[in-house]
Amino acid sequence: MSATAFDPAAAARAWRPPALIGDARLRWAIYAGALLYAALALGSVEVNWTRAAEGLERGARFLAGFFPPDFVSKREEILDGLLESLTMTVVATALGIVLSVPVALGAARNLAPLPVYLFCRGIIAVSRTFQEIIIAIVFVAMLGFGPLAGMLTLAFATIGFLGKLLAEDIEDMQAEQAEAIRATGAGWFQLLAWAVLPQVRPRLIGLSAYRLDINFRESAVLGLVGAGGIGDTLNTAFDRYEFDTAAAVLIVIVAIVLACEYTSGWIRRAVQ
Amino acid sequence: MAVTCGPDGIPQWRRRTPRGDLLAWAGWLGAVALTMLCFHYISERTIWAFVWDAPAQGADLVSRMFPPRWSYAAQLWRPLWDTINIATLGTALAVLLGVPVAFLAAHNTTPSRALLRPAALFVIVASRSINSLIWALVLVIVLGPGMLAGILAIALRSIGFIAKLLYEAIEEIDPTQVEAVEATGAGRAQVLAWGIAPQVLPAFAGISVFRWDINIREATVLGLVGAGGIGMQLQASINVLAWPQVTMIFLLILVTVLVSEWVSARVRHAVI
Repeated sequence: MSATAFDPAAAARAWRPPALIGDARLRWAIYAGALLYAALALGSVEVNWTRAAEGLERGARFLAGFFPPDFVSKREEILDGLLESLTMTVVATALGIVLSVPVALGAARNLAPLPVYLFCRGIIAVSRTFQEIIIAIVFVAMLGFGPLAGMLTLAFATIGFLGKLLAEDIEDMQAEQAEAIRATGAGWFQLLAWAVLPQVRPRLIGLSAYRLDINFRESAVLGLVGAGGIGDTLNTAFDRYEFDTAAAVLIVIVAIVLACEYTSGWIRRAVQ
Repeated sequence: MAVTCGPDGIPQWRRRTPRGDLLAWAGWLGAVALTMLCFHYISERTIWAFVWDAPAQGADLVSRMFPPRWSYAAQLWRPLWDTINIATLGTALAVLLGVPVAFLAAHNTTPSRALLRPAALFVIVASRSINSLIWALVLVIVLGPGMLAGILAIALRSIGFIAKLLYEAIEEIDPTQVEAVEATGAGRAQVLAWGIAPQVLPAFAGISVFRWDINIREATVLGLVGAGGIGMQLQASINVLAWPQVTMIFLLILVTVLVSEWVSARVRHAVI
């Protein structure tokens, strides 16, 4: 390499990989826009550095408060919150599945007439747009504090998630099987039982297991707005400055989330 | 599939063996019983009088929520801009930190399969299993309330998401291209730049925009724990029961989320 002199003409002709965005003007406009935005956005972050420096010292003290995690002194409350979270997760997932299957059937264009399709897609859109926390605020305002509000929130969120993904799977199914069943003179429910369900069952089970996992994660934060679960315990621990208990709650949450994730991954691999 | 003989010796087709039937019924029975048990637990912790009251409460709430206080919007542009910045800067930070983690975690690019890969996978799992709201709760205590805590909370939660999806994309690349680049005598960094990066670039862009879209949703509620953005106004309005203002905030969040979803869908459609 070092023996040959640098040839600018050859360098200009050398192959270059194609850019991600083909149009050069658009590319540079996007780069310039991104740079401008970054400058504006970073400017909007007001960081009081002296306070942040103080905060680091204070933060270190707070972090020291997290160790060692204290599982023992608030054992009852942690167990209570955990049980509440788990029961919320189970009921919400079951209720969510039961409610989302009709919605998914209605939101599949190959099964439902247009008005039903639009109605069911509307339900899915509303359920997906709002964060669980926001829905929980409304449910808590209506039903009062407690796990019932959290359970309904999770069930409502499950409808949007399962409904959308299941509807997509139903739309992707093979039409020939449905036609074959229909040719035997089957009614609509028989069509569902023998043509649709066998095709979407692995995905239905996989998605349900995945949603169970998500619902537990979410149940851990719903307590922040008073909707029950282990989030309540966590919030109380923070409010009382019992950081060692809070650390214990966090560890419990991570452990259960891990267990849920491995179980749901195992179920999904087993059915697919 | 099983065939049994009827009493008259005529073979009959059945869907499952008798044993399979029994197992399926036992499974359903167990699932329903578990759900009922969990619901019983929740119902014991619910004040049903409040629930029966819910339709009246709901109607009351709606009557207080409408019409939204449109003039309040003037105070919301700045928090909304903060919310978008929290999501965008948080995503940017997560991309910066998540990409190296992804390359460490993918089994075909990791420099050390025994040491660094498990460490990277642990980072991914730890980041994913804690909701950004909980990260924010902890960070607000350490850093004090404000946007910085929100940005870091979003980033910490997103690292795992981005790294997980990206490392799965890296593991699925076409090895022949890498081999071709290696055959030219390229070093490790050159293989990365010319053999691997071009193959995962579209997936990377899609993942980042997808996460940005999710982060906009999450950033809208981070303010509930004091981590900046429009959630702070939401919390303040709920605390003083100013429901018309809450409706206004909900509407603004709805529009923002719809726009971000549209942008993300357009970008993903363009790059994939």
